[in-house]
Amino acid sequence: MPVMEYVDALRLAMKEEMERDERVFVLGEDVGVKGGVFTTTKGLQEQFGEERVIDTPLAESAIAGVAIGAAMYGMRPIAEMQYSDFMLPATNQIISEAAKIRYRSNNDWSCPLVVRAPIGGGIFGGLYHSQCPESIFFGTPGLKIVAPYSAYDAKGLLKAAIRDPDPVLFFENKKCYKLIKGDVPEEDYTVPLGKANLLREGEDITVISYSLPLHFAMQAAEELEAEQGVTSHILDLRTLQPLDRGAIIAAVRKTGKVLIVHEDNKTGGIGAEVSAIIAEECLYDLDAPIQRLCGPDVPAMPISPPMEKFFMLNKDKLKEAMLQLALY
Amino acid sequence: MNAKSSMQTKLKHEQLGLSETEVVDMYKYMVLARKFDERCLLLQRAGKINFHVSGIGQECTQIAAAFALDRQRDYFLPYYRDYGFVLSVGMTLKELMLSAFAKAGDPNSGGRQMPGHFGCKRLRIVTGSSPVTTQVPHAVGVALSAKMQKKDIVSYVTFGEGSSNQGDFHEGLNFAGVQKLPVIFLCENNQYAISVPIKKQLGGKVCDRALGYGFPGVRVDGNDPLEVYRVVKEARERAVRGEGPTLIEAMMYRLSPHSTSDNDLAYRTKEEVDENWKKDGIPRMKAYLMECGLWSEEQEAALLEEIKQQLKIAIEEAEHDPFPNPEDTLLHVYANDGEGQ
Repeated sequence: MPVMEYVDALRLAMKEEMERDERVFVLGEDVGVKGGVFTTTKGLQEQFGEERVIDTPLAESAIAGVAIGAAMYGMRPIAEMQYSDFMLPATNQIISEAAKIRYRSNNDWSCPLVVRAPIGGGIFGGLYHSQCPESIFFGTPGLKIVAPYSAYDAKGLLKAAIRDPDPVLFFENKKCYKLIKGDVPEEDYTVPLGKANLLREGEDITVISYSLPLHFAMQAAEELEAEQGVTSHILDLRTLQPLDRGAIIAAVRKTGKVLIVHEDNKTGGIGAEVSAIIAEECLYDLDAPIQRLCGPDVPAMPISPPMEKFFMLNKDKLKEAMLQLALY
Repeated sequence: MNAKSSMQTKLKHEQLGLSETEVVDMYKYMVLARKFDERCLLLQRAGKINFHVSGIGQECTQIAAAFALDRQRDYFLPYYRDYGFVLSVGMTLKELMLSAFAKAGDPNSGGRQMPGHFGCKRLRIVTGSSPVTTQVPHAVGVALSAKMQKKDIVSYVTFGEGSSNQGDFHEGLNFAGVQKLPVIFLCENNQYAISVPIKKQLGGKVCDRALGYGFPGVRVDGNDPLEVYRVVKEARERAVRGEGPTLIEAMMYRLSPHSTSDNDLAYRTKEEVDENWKKDGIPRMKAYLMECGLWSEEQEAALLEEIKQQLKIAIEEAEHDPFPNPEDTLLHVYANDGEGQ
C-alpha cells in the first residue's frame, strides 16, 4: 500500500471521483492552471480540462452559489474555498440555501455539493489564514461537516462526501497537507460519514477530538503510557455534523474521564456540544469534570511566532492536560 | 401599443412570430394572474390565509417572458412576485392555493414556505428562498451545467431592482459574463424595495450594469408585453447560440403594497399609485387584441366567469385539503430521514 501525503490523498480522491462520474467537477480560485495554492488540485485540469476544473472569478459567494445551482441541476460540484477564513462571503449561500434546499422544497430538490476549505493555523498565516470556522456552520441542520485527520481518512471521507446526496462542508487541515503521511490504498474505498473512529484503546482517560490535534493526542498518549503508565482512549469524531452520539457516549463510559480538544476557540465550539451530550447521556459515569482544551477566546491567531505558538495546541499541552485528568 | 406598426401588412404579434392563439393565451394568463392575486389579498383580509405578497402590476412582463422561453425545457428561477410566470409555465391555481393555505399538497414546499416561494421540479422551477438574490448565482450554476452537458436550454432568473444591489447579483452576472453562459437575468423594476423608491436605491440604471460584465443590457417597458416578449426571445436566441447572457430591466410599478403586512400609503401618495394604474398593461393588451379583432367583450365576460369558477374550485379544494402532519416538521433535513436527529 503506498504511503502518501494528506494532500495527495485528497487529490487522488477527486481524481478517482472525476474519472468515475462525469458529473463531478471542481471550481474555485486558482484550482486550474496553478492546481490550487496548496497543490490540492494539481494536475486535475490537465487530465479533465478547463470545463471540469474551473478557475473562477475571485468571489466566494458566486463559487458557492454557482455550485449550488449546478448541484440542483444534477451535477456533483466540488467548490474550493482557498482558505476557510475567506468562505464567510459564501455563508448566506451555504446556510440560507444549501442547508435548506431539501427541507424547504419538501424533498423535491436536493443539493449534493461539497465545499472544501482548509482550516487551522501554525503556518504563520496570521489572523486571516489560520482560522477554524467549524462553529459558524455547526448547528445548522441540513449541512454535514467533515474534518479528516489522516491521509487514509482524507481520501475515504472526501469520496464519501462527493457521493453524499446532501451538502457537505469538508474541512481539510492545512498543517496536515504535507506533514501527515500514511498508507492510502490505491483502490476505491470510502469512509462513511457520521461515524466516529476509535484511534486508540485505553483505560484511564478518554480524549475526543478531530483534525490536527489528534496527532498531538496520539503522541502524548504514547509518552504517557511509557512514562507514567497512563493509557488513553482516543476517539476521532471524523464527522462533526451529525455527531456520532453513540460513539461519544461509549468512549466516555470506557474511562469515566474525558478531555475534548479542538483548535477552534472554546466558547460555542464543537466541544461545547460534545460536553452537553455527555452531560445529558452519561453524567453519572463520570469520575472527573469534563475538560476542554481549545484555542483561546480571541478573534484569531496572531502571526508573530511566540504568539502563534501560544495560540496553537501541541503535544506538550495535550500531554499536560491528559496527565492532569488522569491524576484527578 | 398600436396593432398596426410601420409594416402595415403585419400585426405586431405576427411580426414577432406569435400566433393568434398564443397572443390571446398571453392575455388570458394576465387576467388569470391578476384575479388570483386580487383573490389572495381578499383571502388574507378575510383571515383565511396568513400572508400574501402581491405581483399586481407585474403580470405583463412575467407572462410575456414565459411565452418567449421554452416552457417545456428551460429552467426557471422566479422571484416571489412571479405568480403570472409560474402560472404560465404550468403551475395550477389549485397548486398556488395549496401554497397560500400552507397545505401538505403544496408542490412548492409542502406547506413549509411562505407563498410566493416557488419551486417545482416537474416544471423546472428551481426552489427559492427569502434572502433576496441568492437565486442569481443558482441560475448561473444551472446554465453552467447546461453548457457542460451541451444542452440547448437556458436558465431564466428574475429579481427586483432592490436585489440588484446585492453582491450575489454582481458576482453572478460577472461569472456568467466570464463563462458566456446561457442565462437571462430579468430585473422586474417595480420602483420600490418595500418603502425605498428607486431614487434612493439606484445610482444609475440596472441595465447599464451589464456593460461592466461584458454582455448586453436592455431596458424595456414592462407594461408592454409584446416588447418584453421580443427582448426575452432575442436574449434566448443569443443564449442558445452560445453568445452568453443578457440583462433585461423591465420597467413597471408595484401597484399593490409590498405585502399584506405593509401600508404603502405611509411612504407614497394615492395620487402616485392612481397615476400608475393608468399605465397598467392588462387593459392595454385587451385594447390591442380587440383592435386586432381577436377579442370581444363577450369573450371577456366569459373569461372572467370561467376564472371565477376556477378560483372557486381551487380555493374549495385547497381549503379542504389536509395540513401536513405536525411531526412531518422533522422530515427531509437529509436524504435519509432521521439521520441528523
